[in-house]
Amino acid sequence: MKPLLQMRGITKTFPGVRALDGVNLTVHAGEIHALVGENGAGKSTLMKVLSGVYPHGSYDGEILFDGAPVAFRSVRDSEEKGIIIIHQELALVPLLSIAENIFLGNECARGGVISWRETWARTEALLAKVGLDEAPQTPVERLGVGKQQLVEIAKALSRRVRLLILDEPTAALSEADSEKLLDLLLELRAQGVTSIIISHKLNEVRRVADRVTVLRDGATVASHDARAETLTEDMIVRDMVGRPMENRYPPREGRQAGEVLMEVRDWRVAHPEHAERIVVRDVSLRLRAGEVVGIAGLMGAGRTELAMSLFGESWGRKLAGEALIEGRPADISRVDRAIASGLAYVTEDRKELGLVLDEPITFNVTLANLAGVSRRGVLSPREESRVAERYREAMVIRTPGVHQKVVNLSGGNQQKVVLSKWLFADPRVLILDEPTRGIDVGAKYEIYTIINRLAAEGRGILMISSEMPELLGMCDRIYVMCEGTVVGELSADEASQERIMSLIVKHRRQAA
Amino acid sequence: MTTETAQGTAAAAPAGGAIRAYLTGHLREYGLLIALVAIMAFFQVLTDGTLLRPVNITNLFLQNSYIIIMALGMLIVIVGGNIDLSVGSVLGFVGALAAVMIVNWQMPVWVTVLACLLTGIVIGAAQGYWVAYWGIPSFIVTLAGMLVFRGASLWLLEGQSIGPFPTEFQRLSTGFVPDLLPWLGEPLAALAGARRVNGLTMAVAALASGAILWLGLRARARDRAYGMELEPTAFFVLRNAIVIGAILFLSWKLATFRGLPNVLVTMAVLTLVYAFITERTTLGRRIYALGGNRKAAALSGIPTERLTFLTFVNMGFLAALAGLIYAARLNVATPKAGFALELDVIAAVFIGGASMSGGVGRVVGAVVGAFIMGVMNNGMSIMGIGIDYQQVIKGLVLLAAVIFDVYNKRKQA
Repeated sequence: MKPLLQMRGITKTFPGVRALDGVNLTVHAGEIHALVGENGAGKSTLMKVLSGVYPHGSYDGEILFDGAPVAFRSVRDSEEKGIIIIHQELALVPLLSIAENIFLGNECARGGVISWRETWARTEALLAKVGLDEAPQTPVERLGVGKQQLVEIAKALSRRVRLLILDEPTAALSEADSEKLLDLLLELRAQGVTSIIISHKLNEVRRVADRVTVLRDGATVASHDARAETLTEDMIVRDMVGRPMENRYPPREGRQAGEVLMEVRDWRVAHPEHAERIVVRDVSLRLRAGEVVGIAGLMGAGRTELAMSLFGESWGRKLAGEALIEGRPADISRVDRAIASGLAYVTEDRKELGLVLDEPITFNVTLANLAGVSRRGVLSPREESRVAERYREAMVIRTPGVHQKVVNLSGGNQQKVVLSKWLFADPRVLILDEPTRGIDVGAKYEIYTIINRLAAEGRGILMISSEMPELLGMCDRIYVMCEGTVVGELSADEASQERIMSLIVKHRRQAA
Repeated sequence: MTTETAQGTAAAAPAGGAIRAYLTGHLREYGLLIALVAIMAFFQVLTDGTLLRPVNITNLFLQNSYIIIMALGMLIVIVGGNIDLSVGSVLGFVGALAAVMIVNWQMPVWVTVLACLLTGIVIGAAQGYWVAYWGIPSFIVTLAGMLVFRGASLWLLEGQSIGPFPTEFQRLSTGFVPDLLPWLGEPLAALAGARRVNGLTMAVAALASGAILWLGLRARARDRAYGMELEPTAFFVLRNAIVIGAILFLSWKLATFRGLPNVLVTMAVLTLVYAFITERTTLGRRIYALGGNRKAAALSGIPTERLTFLTFVNMGFLAALAGLIYAARLNVATPKAGFALELDVIAAVFIGGASMSGGVGRVVGAVVGAFIMGVMNNGMSIMGIGIDYQQVIKGLVLLAAVIFDVYNKRKQA
């Protein structure tokens, strides 16, 4: 097999940092090539060099595509050659239809007049190829993230893609949707499409990749041929972090379940726009001090909606239910009251809902508790710096200084800033929504350690996660949610992926 | 001699690199100050020194006071992620109301002033309500307000101009603070050979200069203690020299004319208060969070709706105050008063470095931005440049300032 793409000795420097240092990457035609590495290892930078976001001349090294050297000056140049990137943040126009999105900028038109018949026919053929059963006229905003991803792939196929690059394609997907997507990748491979997949989920990498290249600190540290050798996740992790990782979850020590901290009774919430849609249905749950309790479920099970409606009714319209904190009915009808009652919610979407990206760490860490760094409404910059510095040390936030804008931090460090913000508000109950989404293995372990420490301090942790191994590795108890209701509760001893899935499947069968 | 030079160059080289790196990071702030100084120098030459004549400097402050006062409120509205297009009309409406109350109804000045300020607050609240609690885009609400209050002032004035105002009211704008320290001015006048020097003005200028220097040094010491990026000493010295030099120079000019205009005092106090609120209080911090990321702010327990509402209430109050000053200065209320003034105010805020998307901008920037516009207006008028060219030039300057911003941001990224 001949290489489709060769990147040789790619070096890219930014003021003060060498992001890539002589990276080599060889991708053969017709393979699925996984690119793995911790956040900040240089994966995204490498892909930006490849796609022309960083134009030719702004980096050293050479790129050969189809054996010939190429010099992309913009994304358009690379797309012309059939190199197409699907980013983590999808680039679809929500109000346009599937068909319009697929052919955006590449319309089936003659003299500027669009032929809708042809557009729809071709869209249908593409949708069949990616296994999406939707009408071409459906607005994209009505699709879930998983389906939107398929639209993106269909869009890439419409442009005669030769090299498809997927950046964290399953980060926002449920297990079932992820499976579907991976199957699709294998199918596309059979049809001759070459792809590069960037992923933190090593089980997925193992499942689909023919070859795995590992980056660390801006350099290629290993390139494995998965067909020639049996790859284990441990091997990959060792390459990624540069040391063997014995345990992916820190031991749960010093934790002791105490008094009931929070109790929720018959919580019922309607969709904010469609009043007749009940999204959270009579949920009751209990959380003790020192406990880490998981909420498992698939995408759309209503977990985030439950969490956000508990946190000051910041999602949907609450119809019924009450919340007790330390045995007393608590007023959590507004975010500031929920915070005053001792609640904190660490969002799954840190960039959109958690951080003010253009502001420094100090600004973000103190935002939920400005009273803690001010006197009579006057801020003390000295106190702010001191607080931020304290959390930088306690959480090991890697940054040149606490006055650095958070937009410049890596995902894991941003997550630590969000956690710091909530810890500074000193809550009794923390609701963590996908606390390790899009974070590399090393930083995940650090976040887990922090979670354990918080529980050991006697706080209650409610943890929502779509990664079942994470829940199984971290939680003392797990509630399983499906279609807005709690369909089961499992203790740490009872819980397993199979038990969780069977509870969900059973509920669905009964509902149907 | 030769060795000395060689050593000097070697030592300067790395320092030069650091200074250049610092400058690219902070080009915006210095750029604004340099632009103002350059524009003033430019017009000083082209107007044969008329620009910086004492009477003209006094005029400059009087002419721009209402723009600056409204720019303070506009900055906060824009930082909060909104815009207010109605301020020109509100200014005109309040002026009309004041004229009707004082001239037609013979109401006492203090009652009128209070009623007018209250009216401004109510107008701000009425607009802010729809923006904050109904989520209607501020552009639309205040565009409606602009039409409504333009019409309302026409109706109040019945299409006529009403004036003149009693002296007591005119003093709001054209009055001067009485010289409380004449014993200080006399020796100064004798020393400089001037006809008279207002002692109070020079005392205030000296105090302000001292305060600026002291606060600057204190902040610098704090930055150093907390390991923040430090402004190179040369820049610190130069920047403060320019600012203090300008204060002393302008004050001297004012002192040799009629002293401190009332309006300058109002303006300076308001600027200080708003700078303090935006930069040092939790209230200000919350407004920046609101504009920077509204959803994240709401999920941090910040009452985003009430805060948005308050930014408009505040804007209404300042627009009313500006309306009173404007009417007092012209000594008449006309249906055309404040026409298109909102655009000057918004331009000043954007020239001052605020961002359309919210969360970015400083009070000092908005004030300097307003002065840049003001000096250009004034300078071009003195030169006798037609209003047609003036508009074109002002438009281009606004565009250039924003392009400079965007270019700068791109270079940093």
